[in-house]
Amino acid sequence: MRRYVFASVRMAIVTMVLLGVIYPLTVTGLAQAAFPRQAGGSLVTAGGRVVGSALIGQTFTSPRYFHGRPSAAGTGYDPATSGASNLGPTSSALAASVKERAAAAIDENPGLTIGAVPVDMVTASGSGLDPDITVANARAQAARVAQARRMTENEVDSIIDLHAIGRQFGWLGEPRVNVLTLNLELDAR
Amino acid sequence: MAFDITRLVAYGVVLVAVAYPLGLYMARVFAGEPTWLTPVLAPVERLVYRAAGIDPGTEMPWNVYAISVLLFNFACFVILYLLLRTQGLLPWNPTAAPGMGPDLAFNTAVSFVTNTNWQAYAAETGASHLAQMAGLTWQNFISAATGISVAIALIRGLTRREAREVGNFWVDLTRSWLYILVPVCIVLALVFVYQGVPQTLAGRVDVKTVEGAVQSLRVGPIASQEAIKVLGTNGGGFFNANSSHPFENPTPLTDFLQVLAILAIPAGLTFTFGTMASNARQGLVVLSAMMVLFAISVGVMYGFEAAGNPNLTAAGADQVASATQAGGNMEGKEVRFGIEGSALYASVTTAASSGAMDGSISSMTPMSGGMAMLNIALGEVVFGGVGAGLYGMLVFAILAVFIAGLMVGRTPEFLGKKIGPKEMKLAMFAVLALEAGVLVLSAIGVVAPAGLAGRLNMGPHGLSEILYAFCSGVGNNGSAFAGLHAGSLFYTVTVGIGMLIGRYLFIVPVLAIAGSMAAKKQVPPSAGTFPTDTPLFAGLLVGVVVIVGALTFFPVFALGPILEQLLMHAGRLF
Repeated sequence: MRRYVFASVRMAIVTMVLLGVIYPLTVTGLAQAAFPRQAGGSLVTAGGRVVGSALIGQTFTSPRYFHGRPSAAGTGYDPATSGASNLGPTSSALAASVKERAAAAIDENPGLTIGAVPVDMVTASGSGLDPDITVANARAQAARVAQARRMTENEVDSIIDLHAIGRQFGWLGEPRVNVLTLNLELDAR
Repeated sequence: MAFDITRLVAYGVVLVAVAYPLGLYMARVFAGEPTWLTPVLAPVERLVYRAAGIDPGTEMPWNVYAISVLLFNFACFVILYLLLRTQGLLPWNPTAAPGMGPDLAFNTAVSFVTNTNWQAYAAETGASHLAQMAGLTWQNFISAATGISVAIALIRGLTRREAREVGNFWVDLTRSWLYILVPVCIVLALVFVYQGVPQTLAGRVDVKTVEGAVQSLRVGPIASQEAIKVLGTNGGGFFNANSSHPFENPTPLTDFLQVLAILAIPAGLTFTFGTMASNARQGLVVLSAMMVLFAISVGVMYGFEAAGNPNLTAAGADQVASATQAGGNMEGKEVRFGIEGSALYASVTTAASSGAMDGSISSMTPMSGGMAMLNIALGEVVFGGVGAGLYGMLVFAILAVFIAGLMVGRTPEFLGKKIGPKEMKLAMFAVLALEAGVLVLSAIGVVAPAGLAGRLNMGPHGLSEILYAFCSGVGNNGSAFAGLHAGSLFYTVTVGIGMLIGRYLFIVPVLAIAGSMAAKKQVPPSAGTFPTDTPLFAGLLVGVVVIVGALTFFPVFALGPILEQLLMHAGRLF
């Protein structure tokens, strides 16, 4: 029995060093050498400063900007507490907040009517950090953004189309718009 | 919709195309035959044996194999527990995570040693980089390698004749991670980084957002953990949000690779089984039984999620799919994955005992959440965890042979060996341990005030939360109806016990079956033999899995997911 105990402890330590230290450090070295931008978190700069990560959503409240989805991460888009609402389909809290968000969206966005609010606009994402909205969601906000920026709705729509991300390889995932890059593009114009 | 269905079918085709060569490769690895990686890895393998003081030349009888598994897993548990308790004092802790309390450290250590990867801890703030790498990543490899080893030992037991030994655990373990898991993980991790998964020793990057707020991005050695998280059917993510977090799963490509990696080894092992049993059809029978159950699950989840939640429509949302949105029940889902990606991931992760998830299972429609729970409750045999799925399904195959023998009056035989009362008792013990574990612990959960206090949702969904937690723990899955307050003392302890029951009260009888079958003579098939490599047997196997699961869990499922689905359509809220 003692033999087995010794073997177990020694194997545990050997594997811990190889798989828990050498493996992740090797991958880190290779990743930093090959893909330094992604390995560091895909940071985005604007106006000479880092404004966020292209992959992580952030809070936008001004009517001049497109808004991301509702977020259950902390007080909204807090990367320290990622997560979903986890409210069940028969939760009264979920129904009430969707109703409230839909009413607010209709209030803010000219032309948007009850029953036509894109579902991603009024539901919280899985991570609370979803960087994207659907094209339908972006279109629903175009009139408001155009008004706030004194642009025509057509101009804003064409920027949306320019920034819409198609399915990957034309096949995987869903078409979408990255909110941060879309807003930075608006600011750059 | 037609587009979604072609993608789901394509996934099945790609899965088999990947699993087949991988399965044959694994058969070579465990037979000790040279592979194209041998010139590079054989010196490392010898070094590991020397450093650990192991003699790779001697094989073990089943009981020594089992003792080695248990002692080694216990040693890992103790080391991981101490690491989690003391992480606050140790280096590589850029976000200043404090040491875990005793119950949380117990739960987390058990969780990762048993391949469950239930996350009761707050991943972003509660685990240091050292704990994530040297603790959790390490155990992601080891628990997966342990599962593969036990499956290989069972296959040897079933296929050897009049033998005493079932293999050398140290050799099987080392070959599992060295020849299979690590090479694939290095490639997978680099693809993940290329797609945007961070891999750095830094801990946080504070940025000022466009509107001027401070956002503290969390980064770390994520890709290296992500790769083994999926390949080893572990599922414990770097972040609380798991694979819905854009840093764990940034693009549709990473999502596809993740679901592929989760099922690659469990599906591949069916081909390994066919090869080692010198009967490719026998492996195909197991694979097709798994595939049938899996296809049903994907269909159910996709259908119910695409149909959406009538309560969202009533609140003013548009869930109809169109050219500009995927529609459906988007609460708890990410836009880049939509309905199809999330439904597929949920099926894959609960069919395999992975527990990784690219959205919230709790916010899925009741029947989808119920399907996820059923996948786990069936015993994690619809592909199942790496190794664990195959040895689980082979236990059901032994039950199926016995039941077929009873029905048509034939001798129960599997792979030319008679199944005796001893093997039947062991197989039944393993299955009952799982099911009793889930039901007894859930019963405690729904009567104990501390259990009820942990619910986020009320009504039938609250019952589902509790039931899911114990299915997930005992089934070593690790996914959750995550509204439940899993970090409370009640759940850390009870789910921790459930994980131990589900892992070791299954592994030990499986190895005992391996030992007992290895010792048997092989008898040539006669007219009285019920062939086990036919579509008929695949159908029988599916039937046995479904009937055993349904009889055990239907009553409580009726009160949870099924009742909730009906109430949802009646507009009843809680």
